[in-house]
Amino acid sequence: MTGDVLLQGINLTRRWGGLVAVNNVSISLKRGQVHGVIGTNGAGKSTLINLLSGEFQPSSGQVELLGQDVSHWAQPRRARAGLGRSYQRNTIFPSFTVLENCRLSAQAQHQQAWAFWRNAHTDVITRSIAHDVALRVGLGDALERQVGFLSHGQKRQLEIAMCLATAPQVLLLDEPLAGMGAEETERMLNLLQVLKKDHAILLVEHDMDAVFRIADLITVMVNGLVIATGTPDEVRNNPDVRTAYLGDH
Amino acid sequence: MRHPTSFVLLFFGLLALWPVMAGSYGADLVAKIMIFALLALSLELLVGSTGLVCFGQAAFFGIGAYAAILMSPTDGSAPALWLSLPCAIALAALYALAVGALSLRTQGVYFIMVTLAFSQMAYYVVHDTPLGGGTDGIYMYVKPTWGWVDLDNPAHMYGLIWLSLLVGFLFLSQLLRSPFGRALSGIRVNEQRMKATGFSVYPYKLAAFTLSGAMAGWAGYLFAVKDGFVNPELLSWHLSGSLLVMIILGGLGHMRGSVLGAFAFALLQELFQAEAVFGSFAKHWHLSLGLTIMACVAFMPHGLVALPAQLRERLSGRNNREAPVETLEEKA
Repeated sequence: MTGDVLLQGINLTRRWGGLVAVNNVSISLKRGQVHGVIGTNGAGKSTLINLLSGEFQPSSGQVELLGQDVSHWAQPRRARAGLGRSYQRNTIFPSFTVLENCRLSAQAQHQQAWAFWRNAHTDVITRSIAHDVALRVGLGDALERQVGFLSHGQKRQLEIAMCLATAPQVLLLDEPLAGMGAEETERMLNLLQVLKKDHAILLVEHDMDAVFRIADLITVMVNGLVIATGTPDEVRNNPDVRTAYLGDH
Repeated sequence: MRHPTSFVLLFFGLLALWPVMAGSYGADLVAKIMIFALLALSLELLVGSTGLVCFGQAAFFGIGAYAAILMSPTDGSAPALWLSLPCAIALAALYALAVGALSLRTQGVYFIMVTLAFSQMAYYVVHDTPLGGGTDGIYMYVKPTWGWVDLDNPAHMYGLIWLSLLVGFLFLSQLLRSPFGRALSGIRVNEQRMKATGFSVYPYKLAAFTLSGAMAGWAGYLFAVKDGFVNPELLSWHLSGSLLVMIILGGLGHMRGSVLGAFAFALLQELFQAEAVFGSFAKHWHLSLGLTIMACVAFMPHGLVALPAQLRERLSGRNNREAPVETLEEKA
């Protein structure tokens, strides 16, 4: 199963008026791989995630999920088909508990909207998924805490847990390490190592050490364009990348 | 859960006994307020639970009310309650479905304006066409019956209203606990996340909107049958506005709040209109009511329902430094 292409963006372009945020970018994500995307602020990394996840429609280009053309699918449908994403800024339900944040995310795959006589809080399936994902990211001892009061690092972990609760095949992670301390970063990277076994992961990240350590492939973007794609070593030694991004040293 | 349950038992128990304790005036007043409480609950489902500020709830109420009278048999026989009530609810729900289908494509202040526009549209239809007697309104001459239930009898009428409020309250409580209700809460707190998680939010919102319209129509039916009279004012934006004030006064996000808010609003209005208390100033009751509500909102930002907690916090010297839930939600 390792090596299957799960998500593919083909010649994606997104224009905002005269600005081309993403310019003819192609990317493919395989199970068992962490594909890092790096680039300066405004290089189009987050826009790329938004195009792949269906938050915006591309101006041109195509998105294939598990071999199916999903270019015209709305975001919720892509999510139900196995595309999970996390956000750069914490996008959680602050007034709910950790457990309920995860449970509600799990509910997306088990909606049963008509069953108004059932109690969501005691629903066995979604509750056990919620427990499971909270434990996996290391939030097992904070299940009943209201997430507005969690630390920043815990909120980032929760983002991942909520993503996992939807049982995705592909994870699009937008700066999951942003603002995290060394210890929290370490824990997150270990988690990603485990997750990549059965997921295809796109990792947009500013922490270069982390990306070069964990990514199997790295794509470098500048001003909406891909200037290099390759293994960490190839990218590190690529002259274009050295001048454009890493600095000429 | 302990508090809401004891609230329901105590409150509905009191309401059931009320006609025995009070005279016919008191019973009639409380019957009217219970109808508004049911209507306020229907709006709470949208505003407090789903985060959709609907400014056109009066239209659904009015449609239920007009339907009750316009569907009466023309030969002077009594309408069948089992038939006319569901029909009135269905008509209101149908209008809500149409209004919701269009207005839910907008957000925020545009949603408020679009729902207002659709309700004013319904208002002008009954106001300016002979359909419902124009500005004079129309009367219901024979009240609905079903078996031994005769709504001409004030006790039966009171009982039906009481039961409707109880059923409406319990139904919504359960609905909000269900997966559907949790999804609505998720939409209120963070709609974008819900989409990214895999919820198609539009059908959820439309279902909530239609359900809310149906409940409002139910309240309208009760109102028309109780008074035996309807006029276009039932559909006007004044009522939609008052309803919003009721649920804010009671405390958004709590069903008990909507019921309390409806009672508080109506009783304050009664009080300020009473010449026995305020003499000739009673004719300026809008002013005193408005000022009182402003004071309530200023000093009880979370509504009547949060008053006990607020007082407890005040008495315990504010040692609870955690931010209130509402503040956090706004940041989301």
